[in-house]
Amino acid sequence: MKTIFEKSIQGKRAVQFGKINNKIIKKIDEKFLRKTEIKLPEVSELDIIRHYINLSKLNFSVDTEFYPLGSCTMKYNPKICEKLAMQKEFLNLHPFLSYIDENTVQGALEIIYEISDLLCEITGMEKITTQPYAGAHGELTGVLLMAAYHKNKGNNKKFVIIPDSAHGTNPASAAMAGYSIISIPVDKDGNMDINILKEKINDEVAGIMMTVPSTLGLFENNIKEIIEIAHKYDALMYYDGANLNAILGKLKPGEIGFDIIHINLHKTFSTPHGGGGPGSGVIGVSKKLVDFLPVPIVIKENEKFKLDFNVKNTIGSVASFFGNFQVLLKAFIYIILLGKEGLIAVSEIAVLNANYILAKLKNFYDLPYNRKCMHEFVISAKKQLKNDIRAIDIAKYLIDNKIHPPTIYFPLVVEEAIMIEPTETESKQTLDEFIEIMVKIAELSEKDPDKIKQAPEKTPILRPDETKAARELKLKCDI
Amino acid sequence: MSDFIPHTKEEINQMLKIIGVNSIDDLFSDIPQNLRTKKFNIPEGLNEIEVERKITKLANKNKSDLICFTGGGYYDHFIPAAVDTISARSEFYTAYTPYQPEASQGTLQAIFEYQTMITQLTGLDYSNASLYDGGTALYEAIAIAVRTNNKEKIIIDKGVNPLFRKIVKTYSINLPIKITEVELKDIYTDKDKIKKLLDDETAAIVTQNPNFFGVIEDYEDLFSYAREKGISAILVFYPVSLGILKTPKEMKADIAVAEGQSLGLPLCFGGPYLGIIAVDKKYLRKMPGRIVGETKDKEGKKAYVLTLQAREQHIRREKAMSNICSNQALCALRATVFLSLLGKKGFEELALLNLEKTEYLKEKLSKINNLKIKEGDTFNEFTAEVKKDAFALVKETINRGFSGGLPAGFFYEDKKNYLIISVTEKRTKEEIDAFCDILKEIL
Repeated sequence: MKTIFEKSIQGKRAVQFGKINNKIIKKIDEKFLRKTEIKLPEVSELDIIRHYINLSKLNFSVDTEFYPLGSCTMKYNPKICEKLAMQKEFLNLHPFLSYIDENTVQGALEIIYEISDLLCEITGMEKITTQPYAGAHGELTGVLLMAAYHKNKGNNKKFVIIPDSAHGTNPASAAMAGYSIISIPVDKDGNMDINILKEKINDEVAGIMMTVPSTLGLFENNIKEIIEIAHKYDALMYYDGANLNAILGKLKPGEIGFDIIHINLHKTFSTPHGGGGPGSGVIGVSKKLVDFLPVPIVIKENEKFKLDFNVKNTIGSVASFFGNFQVLLKAFIYIILLGKEGLIAVSEIAVLNANYILAKLKNFYDLPYNRKCMHEFVISAKKQLKNDIRAIDIAKYLIDNKIHPPTIYFPLVVEEAIMIEPTETESKQTLDEFIEIMVKIAELSEKDPDKIKQAPEKTPILRPDETKAARELKLKCDI
Repeated sequence: MSDFIPHTKEEINQMLKIIGVNSIDDLFSDIPQNLRTKKFNIPEGLNEIEVERKITKLANKNKSDLICFTGGGYYDHFIPAAVDTISARSEFYTAYTPYQPEASQGTLQAIFEYQTMITQLTGLDYSNASLYDGGTALYEAIAIAVRTNNKEKIIIDKGVNPLFRKIVKTYSINLPIKITEVELKDIYTDKDKIKKLLDDETAAIVTQNPNFFGVIEDYEDLFSYAREKGISAILVFYPVSLGILKTPKEMKADIAVAEGQSLGLPLCFGGPYLGIIAVDKKYLRKMPGRIVGETKDKEGKKAYVLTLQAREQHIRREKAMSNICSNQALCALRATVFLSLLGKKGFEELALLNLEKTEYLKEKLSKINNLKIKEGDTFNEFTAEVKKDAFALVKETINRGFSGGLPAGFFYEDKKNYLIISVTEKRTKEEIDAFCDILKEIL
C-alpha cells in the first residue's frame, strides 16, 4: 500500500480550527522560531480513515485469527474491559491532580489500591508497585530493588544467575542494573541443571531470575531446593511472571519463597497487546523488599486513598506517575469479572488446551522433553529438517492457513524450536483445526516439501528480504 | 461470573481422555502438593451488568470535569474523534509485536509512517518505534551518549522536567553514569555555569525547551560548543510546540526526546503515554528499541520488517542497547493518526492557537495585583509569582471548578510562590476570563 505521505496533495485538510490569528507569532522572538517546513501529510479525514482501516486489514490479530504465540499469552480481550476503561472520568484525569488534591482522584487511586491488593493475593507477595510499563521494565525495577536490598545490607554482590532458557530481557535487565550474568544450562528433563547451579553459586550472587513454568512450558521440579540454595547465599529469588497464566490459584510464588515477581498484565490479565504495547509489568515483592519500593505508593487511611512518598529506602521512580493506568484499569475489570472460580478455570483450561495439542502432535514432531506440559510446550522441527523444512517454513505455511505462527527459534536451547501456547479462550474446534494443519504439514514435509517452502502465497507480501532491509537501510518515507 | 472459556463439559472429558489423564488436577501433578495454594481469597466473579455498575461508580468518584490549566509536561489537548476510531480497530489493538512481517504489514507500515513523522517534527535523521514515556526516553538518550562517547559525566539543566530527572537517577544508580544537575538562575538556564562544567569527562548535556517553567530558550550556541568538545547534546522537547518553535536539529541537538502524550493521547491519570526519541544518523546503531525498515519481498514488492535487530535483547541478551521489548505501539499509532489529521497546516495552527490563548491569559493576568508574570518568551505555559503559597492557591481553584496550574514548590523547594500555568486550544475565552476572575478573588 502507498504510504500516507504518498497520498498527500498540497492544500488538502482534515482537522480545521477556524480563524487563526497569524500575527500572534510576533510575540515570540524570531530567533526562537522554526525555519524548516514540517512536511506532514496533507490529506482529508476520509483519506486517513480509509488508509488506516485498510492497513489494519493487513494484520493478524486475536480478534481475527488463532494466535498460539508461545510465552505471549494471546488470549481473548473481553470487550467490556475496553469499553469501561474508555470512560471520560478516567481519560480526562490529569495525573498531577493526585499531587495537588487527592480528593479529586479517589476513584482512580482506589483502582490502583484494589488491583494491588488482588495481585498480592494472587501471587502471595506482600506489596505491589504499578509503575513498570512492561515486562522488561518490571524486570529492571525488580533487579534495581534487588541491588538496593544488598547495598542496604552491605552485601557485595556482582552476579545474577539466569537459566539459559530465559527470555533475552532477563540478562539485559540485570545488566542495566549493573550486574554480570552467570548462565545455567537446562538438564535432560528441561529443569535448571541443579548440579551446575551448586557449582556456580557463591556469595557474590545477588539473585536468581527464573521463569516458572519455564519457557519450555515445564514446571521446575527442583524449585524448592533452588530457593533454599539461593537464600543460603542471601541471593534473592526473582519470578518472571511471563508464564503466570499456568498457575492461578494453584501456586503462589510468594508463598514458596520468591522475593520479587513481575506480572505481565497484558498476558495473564488479558489487556490487549496493542501491536507491541502498551503493556504493564507490575512488580510484587516480599516483606524484605517493601522498604525499597518506588514512590509514590497508594495507601488507604481512614477510608481515604492517599499518596505516600515516604518509603524509607526507596529506589526512586521508574515511571512518571503510576504506570500505564488504563492498562491497570482493564486488568482490574478482568479480575473482578472472573473472580476466584474464573481465575482458577483460566489456568486449568489453559493447561488442558496445551496438553491436548501436545498429545495430538507428539507423534508427528520431535518432542525434546517428553513430559506433561503446563500452559505451553515446545516441539522441534528436527524431524522435518531432514527434508529441509525448518521451523520458519512451518510458520509461513500456517500464515497461509490463517493461523498466526507459534513462537519460533525460542527458547534457544531447543533446535528448530516451535513454542505453542493456545490459551484457555480457544475452543476445542479451533484447536482441532490447528492440529489438522500441523499434521498436514508434517505429512507434506515428507511428500511435497516444496509446497511448504513456497509459503506464504496468500498474504499481502511474500517472504521479505530481511538482509536487504538491514544493509540498504530505509527507515522513513521519501518525501 | 464470566470466564470466556468456550468448552462444554463433554469436550473437557474428551480432551482429558485423549491426553490420558483422569482429571484436570492430574495435569498439575508436577507441582508438589506441599507447594500448592491453600487459600485463594479472591471475591466471586461478577457479570457484565455488575461490573459496569461498579466501575462507573468508581469513575464518578473522580473530579474529571475541572477546567484544566495544569500542565507540567502533560497537557489537556483536544483529540479528534478519528484517532479513537483507528486505535479501536481490533486488528491493531489485539495484534502482537510484528515479528511475522507477512502477518503484520498494517502495524509495520504504521510504525514506518510514525518514524517518518517524528523525523519531520524534530528535523533529526531517525526515530525508533517508541519508548515507554518521556522520562524513560531521556534515560535511553543518556545511555546512548554514555555508550558512544565512553564517558561517565552527564550535565542536566534543572529546567528539565523533575519527573524525568528522577527516573534518570533511579535508572543510573548502579551504572557508570555520574549526573550533575545544574541550578537554574531563578527559572532560567545558567548557560555560563553549564559551559564551565563541560569538560573532557562529559558524555552529554541535557536541556529542555520550553523548560519546566514554560520558558523558551535558544540552546544552539551551547550545543555547538558542547559538540565541538565531543559531548552529545540532548534536547527534551514538547511535540506540539514544534509547530512553531525551533527544531532540535536547528538547535544543533544530537538526540531529542519527548513525552508524546500531547499527540492524541488522553491524560488518563498518567498513562499509557509515549516515549519519543530521534537521533542524528551517527547514533542510529546505538539507539534502543524496535525500528521498522522498508525492503522488498521475494517478488520485488515493497514490504516492511523489523530491522537492525542485532541491537536488541532477544538477539544480544546482556549486550543489548537496552532491555526494552514491549513498547507503546498503540500510542505511537494514535500519534501517527493525530499528526495525519492535523497535517502540515493544522499542526502549525494548533501551535498558534495555544500561543494565542496563552498570550490572552498573560495579558489579562498582568493587570492583577499580587501576581507577577515571569519575564521571557513562552509557548503555552508560563510561570507567575504569587503573593501566596501556590499550592494553597491551586487547591482553592479546585473548590471552584478549576485545576488552576501546577505549584512549582512540589519540585523546587525555594519556589513555593511560583505557579506554572498552562493554556491549551481547548480553553474558551469565557473559561479564561472566569479563571482570571477567580485568581483575582483569591489573591
